[in-house]
Amino acid sequence: MASKELNSTDYIEHHLTNLTYGKCPDGTWSFAEVHGKSQVAGTEASCNISEMGFWAFQVDTLFMSFLLGMGMIFFMRRVAKNASSSKPGRIQNAVEYLVTLVRDQVQDNFTADKNPLMGPLALTIFVWVFLMNLMDLIPIDLVPWIANGFAAPNAEGGAIHYFKVLPVADINAPMGMALGVLILIHYYSIKNKGLGGFLAELTFQPYGKWMAPINVIFEIPGFYAKQLALGLRLYGNLFAGEMIFILIALFFGGFFSSITGVLAGVAGLALNFIWAVFHILVVILQAFLFMVLTLVYLQQAHEHH
Amino acid sequence: MNFNATLFGQLLAFVFFVWFTMQYVWPYILEALEEREKEISDGLEAASRGKRELDEAHQKKAEILEEAKKEAADLVNQANARANQLVEDAKSTAHEEAERIKVSAQSDLDQAAKRTKEELRSEVAALAVAGAEKILGSEIDKDKNSQIIDQIAQEL
Repeated sequence: MASKELNSTDYIEHHLTNLTYGKCPDGTWSFAEVHGKSQVAGTEASCNISEMGFWAFQVDTLFMSFLLGMGMIFFMRRVAKNASSSKPGRIQNAVEYLVTLVRDQVQDNFTADKNPLMGPLALTIFVWVFLMNLMDLIPIDLVPWIANGFAAPNAEGGAIHYFKVLPVADINAPMGMALGVLILIHYYSIKNKGLGGFLAELTFQPYGKWMAPINVIFEIPGFYAKQLALGLRLYGNLFAGEMIFILIALFFGGFFSSITGVLAGVAGLALNFIWAVFHILVVILQAFLFMVLTLVYLQQAHEHH
Repeated sequence: MNFNATLFGQLLAFVFFVWFTMQYVWPYILEALEEREKEISDGLEAASRGKRELDEAHQKKAEILEEAKKEAADLVNQANARANQLVEDAKSTAHEEAERIKVSAQSDLDQAAKRTKEELRSEVAALAVAGAEKILGSEIDKDKNSQIIDQIAQEL
């Protein structure tokens, strides 16, 4: 099956490495080099991931999140186009349930003046994040195996040697979304309170204007920490979940080699099942939390103190 | 865990999806939803209104029935009273008529008796005079004795 045995460290490292396409220090764009060979068979790699610095794209993250997002909007668009008030089909019912849930959350958490952005924003976040999180439940080696041309990752030949199917386990995906929310928070804060009002909120509270330096020390980190935490929370939860799946997957390593391997494999299956069931909760909860917190933070951006 | 340009790729995708949802998804689904909610609430309202109207109609029906019954009873009573009245009237009219007939008959009778008396009286007077003539064999001077004759006639 494999040209050389992977040890546990290699296996984990392999699962934590994104398919990266970026600009090398010598100015050329290429896939990254890992352990002396390019991530994609048949391409030349001139540097490794850390040498690329900022100008690098995690191709797998972008591909998966964009694919899921496109699936989401095509599906939703189809429902929206055929939406009828008198005779909703099964799929429309399901989507309407979702929309109602999101709308109720918007109404509960976002009590400021009607903002037409909030509903679509919340719906997009909830569904998209949910779908991305859901990728964690796909058997961990399945997609990398397909990407590598139905071959083990370390096999000779193959196609794409590295492919992480879970976009949210890459810090860039949740933080990219959190960045969008951060921009919205600043935009609405300044729009609703004026630049002066926004800054005053950060400097004149909670101890009045004579204590401005202390207020700033209290307020600024709090203000940005919550926005940073929005992305980090999602990343952390899903990354940890992914990590557990990777560790459980190590049980299967010797499945065909010995009797203990078989026993370990069976134990692994049980563990994998238990963790997957538990993880369903995390998948939904984190998507929901991201949505609700976004609404809460944007509500705060609309509030006058 | 390394930040790189993926961050902005993800941000752009996020913006695009939110924009698309806002433009082409959310309003349509929400419209259908709200339309249905409105239809349902309208339907419920119409149902409760119909029920209320039905109750009112029932009540009105009972009232009308009650009134009609009362009116009918009144009519019957009135008719009875009127009939009694008519009977009474007829009775009294008949009574009066009978009385009148009786009275006029009586007066006719009286008159006839009186006339007969008168006739009898004058005939008796004539007879008496004729009798007396025969007895006396001479004519009685009518003028002389008329006072006496009249007196006799009066006494008869």
